[in-house]
Amino acid sequence: MIDNTSNGGSPTLKGPVRSILATDCGSTTTKAILIEQREGHYRLIVRGEAPTTVEAPFEDVTRGVLNAVKEVEELSGRTILDGDRIVTPQEGDRGVDLYLSTSSAGGGLQMMVSGVVKSMTGESAQRAALGAGAIVMDVIAANDGRRPHEKIQRIRSLRPDMILLSGGVDGGTVSHVVELAELLVAADPKARLGSQFSLPVVYAGNKDARSLIEDRLSSRVALSVTDNLRPTLEQENLGPARHEIHELFMEHVMQHAPGYPKLLSWTAVPVMPTPGAVGLIIEKIAKREGISVIGVDIGGATTDVFSVFQNVFNRTVSANLGMSYSISNVMAEAGLANILRWVPFDVDERDLRNRIKNKMIRPTTIPQTLEELAIEQAISREALRLAFEQHKSLAVGLKGVQQERTISDTFAQTQSGATLVNLAHLDLLVGSGGVLSHAPRRGQSALMMIDAFLPEGFTDLAVDSIFMMPQLGVLSTVHEQAAAEVFDRDCLVRLGTVIAPVGRGKEGQSSVRVKVEGRDGVKEAEVRFGDMALLPLPEDGEVRVRVTADPDRAFDLGAGKGKAVTREVRGGVVGLIVDARGRQPFELPADPKKRIERLRTWNRTLGIYPKEL
Amino acid sequence: MAHAYTPGLRVADHTMVRRERRLPLKGEVLVTRGAQVRATDTVARTLIPGNVQTVNIANALGCDPCDVPKALALGVGTTVGKGDVIARRKGMFGLMESKVPSPARGILESCSEVTGQVILREPPMPVEVDAYIDGVVAEVMEGEGVVVETPAAFVQGIFGVGGETNGELAVAVSGPGEPLTPERLTPALAGKVVIGGSYVSFDLLKKAVSLGVKAVIVGGFDDRDLRELMGYDLGVAITGTENIGLTLVLTEGFGHMPMADRTFRLLSALAGKPASVSGATQIRAGVLRPEIVVPLAAEGGPRGDDRRSTGMEVGSLIRGIREPFFGRIGKVAELPPELAALETEAHVRVLAAEFDGKVSVVPRANVELIES
Repeated sequence: MIDNTSNGGSPTLKGPVRSILATDCGSTTTKAILIEQREGHYRLIVRGEAPTTVEAPFEDVTRGVLNAVKEVEELSGRTILDGDRIVTPQEGDRGVDLYLSTSSAGGGLQMMVSGVVKSMTGESAQRAALGAGAIVMDVIAANDGRRPHEKIQRIRSLRPDMILLSGGVDGGTVSHVVELAELLVAADPKARLGSQFSLPVVYAGNKDARSLIEDRLSSRVALSVTDNLRPTLEQENLGPARHEIHELFMEHVMQHAPGYPKLLSWTAVPVMPTPGAVGLIIEKIAKREGISVIGVDIGGATTDVFSVFQNVFNRTVSANLGMSYSISNVMAEAGLANILRWVPFDVDERDLRNRIKNKMIRPTTIPQTLEELAIEQAISREALRLAFEQHKSLAVGLKGVQQERTISDTFAQTQSGATLVNLAHLDLLVGSGGVLSHAPRRGQSALMMIDAFLPEGFTDLAVDSIFMMPQLGVLSTVHEQAAAEVFDRDCLVRLGTVIAPVGRGKEGQSSVRVKVEGRDGVKEAEVRFGDMALLPLPEDGEVRVRVTADPDRAFDLGAGKGKAVTREVRGGVVGLIVDARGRQPFELPADPKKRIERLRTWNRTLGIYPKEL
Repeated sequence: MAHAYTPGLRVADHTMVRRERRLPLKGEVLVTRGAQVRATDTVARTLIPGNVQTVNIANALGCDPCDVPKALALGVGTTVGKGDVIARRKGMFGLMESKVPSPARGILESCSEVTGQVILREPPMPVEVDAYIDGVVAEVMEGEGVVVETPAAFVQGIFGVGGETNGELAVAVSGPGEPLTPERLTPALAGKVVIGGSYVSFDLLKKAVSLGVKAVIVGGFDDRDLRELMGYDLGVAITGTENIGLTLVLTEGFGHMPMADRTFRLLSALAGKPASVSGATQIRAGVLRPEIVVPLAAEGGPRGDDRRSTGMEVGSLIRGIREPFFGRIGKVAELPPELAALETEAHVRVLAAEFDGKVSVVPRANVELIES
């Protein structure tokens, strides 16, 4: 079905595509979706899942894929497999026309990057690797404060899948980037998977240093040279480096992962790293609707945050923040007190610690009781918050750039390197990953995202219904129409809109008055500082209503303190959430009794749990 | 999830255990195929490259990097002692010679005319690999290591800390549900691998370290105590290199957890025999669980407890691995194919399990098979 030879190597489809099977091999679970064309439109038919089998005793990712596909067969009544083979293209009612996959199993793509100046080429290199779907294990830079032997020791002890070497603007100094290459030679790093093959190294630095880099590295590592990712201080050119990382990921890393050569022989286009595929989808939403978007994908091992602000796409991955393998690290990084502040009942610290560790050692278990669910959702708030903090610190403008300033700029005092993430300008917040996609009530997902990201003003909320953004991301590279149709109709669940006035007041003081004008008439509410409210919206995300929010003079909704804002708001299954708990700062009561009482009140108001906890 | 169940940890009374003993770099294998080895015998050794120091000669002499090769007092490849002059440069009119001494003993590995630095490699460090288990060398990987194998009783734990160790198995409790107590932890347990029932506290572990106990195997341990033991909150479960004075293996999980009956019975029956224990745990990417290997005599050969799970059926023996049934042993009473709602309102694949005569509904993801 796919022709890779025409169109300059980019895949084109031959013949009609009636059915599509796409899998995502995650670190814990392999998810398969079946898409069929029905009455001229592509729709999701069923989804199946099975534990990922990269590890012993199976050590073959295709086992998990076949198990997930078997579940798709059971649920859809359609035959897709012929023994251990996916039938493609479709023959009568058997098989599918297109099979695609993404993967983050086995820890995903782990990279080390280097640049000359940590906050300049080092950061650009980090963004290039992250954008390609990698986990960045360390950033080595000429000025990172470590002594050369410490850097060598570090390079040697990390066993990355790949190294990205950058540094220097084109025409600038060569000696620093050559020095980094010499450190690499001295360290003689080994690849994570299989010590028998050469470690892939991408060079994307000063073009004048290419021959010197080649002299030093070409006989030691699998070197590939591409365009400088920071050709001038004012310009970042991450595309070629990202492309090279993808190529090498396929050529070297995937070929050595258990079962991947077989999986690669099944798929119509190369397997894409999961975060790279999710990033593609987020970028496409932002571009299509002309909006600012934050997407978050919280997995078992890692949490990825994607953002598009001012048309700039950024992705970060928090390698050790997740809800199963990394759950204990969330506790270690956030601190127990920060997790406890979201739990709406008294819990013994010793008991909570043991529960978290038991989830870590039995990562595939799920909460059976409401208390367990509330605890997991408390932990997820902290994982999301920490991942977002990391994202804000990396999603920044280019550092080291001289800015021309006008008189008005001197009042704004923006500097080069300021974060691009501006919550007041955020239009849409999309959540994905087990704890958000599979939350039993959609309101739970909405509140977890609000508590973790603290959106300001008007912000639309959505979740990936059943966690299929990765599969749709890779599908969009070969069949844009199918990906877009399934995304709009079956993937994105519009939750509603949150209105959060920025400011601080006294408890009980009026914060905002909200008026919703829809087909069913007008609804109004006054919300006091410290409270939350839920107003119904049409469930259909395509239906729009007119919302006017008039804040008290101490509060700002984006138009200035005390100024009313009117917006067309989309419908959503949760509704219009008014969050008058304050922003900048947002604070929970310090007294545990009072805090629990407030959490319970908010949960009751928004109908978060089926009963009081 | 039709196939969603967790294969249980392995508990085998008689199986063939093979362990690869590999050097981190190529080196020398010291034993031959078929050789009988003891756990503590060295089977392979190598030299790993020494630390590397960089010395920026251009900066030290105040010259251009391209002049550095000419300023070297010794050629690349030369062995130097600490303080030996590795580069020198005469000042104006041949006066005031500047010298650069070597910061360490080693070999001048390279010199760069671009960066003006030399790389000095310190002498290599020896690394040895031992056999870890008493057994026979089944395979020699030339220059890389060996595979040692033995018929053995084999128990996998769920979590451990501390590296490989060995000692005689000793039981210090009278039943799997009994915690280790101070009066049972006697000096007679020095050098032994101690089986401790349901729980051990941090204070008792400290006492075990002071007594010279090699390893403690228990059902459960508190995370709060783990933090005390390690000195920090363990974030990601990658362990095995901690230097805590002994190896700790948990067979069930965190908290007070009676050791599984079968595990306790097996280990108790082997009291007095030498055991090899590893606390190394890696839950992500390449699951590695801690283990206890008790080599057995070859007579009778392995009795095939290398059983792989074939799946869950009505009547299968299971163990709850999450609250509210954590640690409870039961039997599968029914495997309904359709999704069912939990108290959380999540719709998931479940099973009906009989725990102590009472049937309860449990998510399939929250039980593990006990392979009998």
